[in-house]
Amino acid sequence: MTGTFVGMPPFPTAARAALADTQLRANLAHATSTIRTKRARVVAEVDDWEELRLAGAAIKDNVLLNLDEHLLRLEESLTAQGATVHWASDAAEACAIVVELAKRHGTDEVVKVKSMATQEIDLNTALEAEGIAAWETDLAELIVQLGDDLPSHILVPAIHRNRAEIREIFRRSMASVGRAAPDDLSDEPARLAEAARLHLREKFLRAKVAVSGANFAVADSGTLVVVESEGNGRMCLTLPDVLISVVGIEKVVPTWSDLDVFLQLLPRSSTGERMNPYTSTWTGVTPGDGPQEVHVVLLDNGRTRALADDVGRQALRCIRCSACLNVCPVYERTGGHAYGSVYPGPIGAILNPLLRGVGVDEQVDSLPYASSLCGACFEACPVRIDIPSVLVDLRAQVVDAHRAPMHRIPKPEAVAMKAASFAFGTGGRLGAAEKASGLVGRLVGRVARRATPDGRPLLGRLLGPGSAWTDARDMPAPPAESFRAWWKRTGGGHEQP
Amino acid sequence: MRVALMVTCINDAMFPDTGKAVVRLLTRLGVEVDFPSSQTCCGQPMVNTGYLDEAVPVVRNFVESFAGYDAVVAPSGSCAGSARHQHSIVARRAGDPELAAAVGQISPKVYELSEFLVDVLGVEDVGAYFPHTVTYHPTCHSLRMLGVGDRPTRLLRAVRGLRLVELPNAEECCGFGGTFAMKNADTSVAMGSDKARHVRETGAEIVVAGDNSCLMHIGGLLSRQRSGVRVMHLAEILASTESSATPEEHPVDAATTTTDSDIGVPNVTQGSRSAIQYRRNR
Repeated sequence: MTGTFVGMPPFPTAARAALADTQLRANLAHATSTIRTKRARVVAEVDDWEELRLAGAAIKDNVLLNLDEHLLRLEESLTAQGATVHWASDAAEACAIVVELAKRHGTDEVVKVKSMATQEIDLNTALEAEGIAAWETDLAELIVQLGDDLPSHILVPAIHRNRAEIREIFRRSMASVGRAAPDDLSDEPARLAEAARLHLREKFLRAKVAVSGANFAVADSGTLVVVESEGNGRMCLTLPDVLISVVGIEKVVPTWSDLDVFLQLLPRSSTGERMNPYTSTWTGVTPGDGPQEVHVVLLDNGRTRALADDVGRQALRCIRCSACLNVCPVYERTGGHAYGSVYPGPIGAILNPLLRGVGVDEQVDSLPYASSLCGACFEACPVRIDIPSVLVDLRAQVVDAHRAPMHRIPKPEAVAMKAASFAFGTGGRLGAAEKASGLVGRLVGRVARRATPDGRPLLGRLLGPGSAWTDARDMPAPPAESFRAWWKRTGGGHEQP
Repeated sequence: MRVALMVTCINDAMFPDTGKAVVRLLTRLGVEVDFPSSQTCCGQPMVNTGYLDEAVPVVRNFVESFAGYDAVVAPSGSCAGSARHQHSIVARRAGDPELAAAVGQISPKVYELSEFLVDVLGVEDVGAYFPHTVTYHPTCHSLRMLGVGDRPTRLLRAVRGLRLVELPNAEECCGFGGTFAMKNADTSVAMGSDKARHVRETGAEIVVAGDNSCLMHIGGLLSRQRSGVRVMHLAEILASTESSATPEEHPVDAATTTTDSDIGVPNVTQGSRSAIQYRRNR
């Protein structure tokens, strides 16, 4: 019942529609600025925040350097503790494993802990196709699922919805899939949470199989970790008989002392809290306590492709905190859906091309360009992923992919860049180009109807590619004399003016 | 000290008054500045759009133009940032160790204007006079890539007559972003509109920044809105002095629809001179 991102248009097109949604703009501006302020406050109180960031990045880099060894160690520990480890190279394999396990237990429903990995592989759709209902139990995921909607944020998937909209979704949809929302439901947060709590409670108590992801997997003890705020995760991880966890292979950390660093970095960066309310850890099967059958699906799905990318592999350090989304001026205005993926925002703009490759899908190729390269994301990232540098590198990969012989007719942009490259090759060539633009400037000066406040004549509305600028922005005409011409004429200003 | 002016392609072709202001300012501070006329562009438009091969000859020309100088001064945080942080990427792409070595030599000598004034010359009061209310927009690359910090505002606060008012959400990107402004024009304009709104909230006459590229975007929006607020490069304010502020006839353009826009127009800068020239041209 949740929608799908398949077939989304490229970012500029999707963004245009999103930017026109005033409700979305207002909801996002409010939500992101609130969470930004909270994050800034709790990060500022940590004296060694920069050292923590460096430590987090170093631990992840070391893991990635010897990923094979750490994963085998994790498998060994998990197996020794009674868990069953499955390896999935792509989404289809991972979904098939989970479907098979659910079917083996004869269940027609599973409860789910919020998990990016299962969103990434579109597990709910795969389960649904086999007649198995997947109930999202995180409040925001529930809102998205009941609204037949798509997640638009990593941490707060329903960030694009406000209270009034959530009330309407609950009133309209809860009854068809379980306990109905009360008739007198208001849009007070406490009343909305209570309606969700009652609706979900019967699912928690009934379900035999739970599906989760994991924020971290500690290799030396075989422990999985889920960090959450609502307690729904704790219910899923402890009540059902069978627990299936889908875990990206980059989630492994060597030891508990490594985990310590991330448990300091993650809550402050994501929810802007010193510590998250619920941290659940489980190590295989504990007889008589919690799930008696534990499966772990270790998921590649493009991660080894990203690992092979010299510049891009740092994206695998990501701990899914979403700090980069909350500080991103592009995300704040377009929202998450425009990125066409469960991973939106700056991290999505690099992660999707890295996981899926460039040069194949126009939508994916548009993502590295969905940034003004302002650098706010890099500054906020708790594991110091240099997102702007990865974006620039991916842009080069996109351009290179289209240099191949299969794309014989160059895009106008490629022609323009070639021309600029030639003109910028020597000062003489640029000077000649400026003479031509100066002539344009003089001509415009004679006919221009308007000028800038400092008196420069304005170009009118341009046609063709130039209209992308002048549709909303005035553009001064080129000056009659370039700087280099002035310098030459006046001997570097010595013969004024 | 041999100092070269890296005027940047956009200032050269579109905003020569900024380059002239840097020359006046540095000359006044006793620095003889040279303009190697072979210079063109830092190559950032190509690099940031993904055209690395096309950036190679541009970077090659850059290192040839600026070889041998002790300092290269650019009135742009973005272009200085490109020289310092991106040229090594282009050299690696070219697979040319000589180019890489030349980049390694020159990159650390490239300074954004406020860095050069404060760190190299050690001045904050450059003897400027500019009796207007301004607000300062810290451009992203000067703020986050170069880390110029409060150098520009320290320079502005020392300008006599100038009143500096704080810009709300100052550190948020204006939405220019090079080819982003064209490839994602709708998002760029949405970001710029919010920036323009914050500028207008300050009540300042002028929004000042260290990058004319960002100012072309912000100024383009403010002008389209007939906001009565103008944009100005930091160099032009720092170059202004009492003697350059001799009262001139106020430029009035009949086609400028708002009267507000005229009230705040300073008649102390190169800008107003070009305005008069413009009227003469007509």
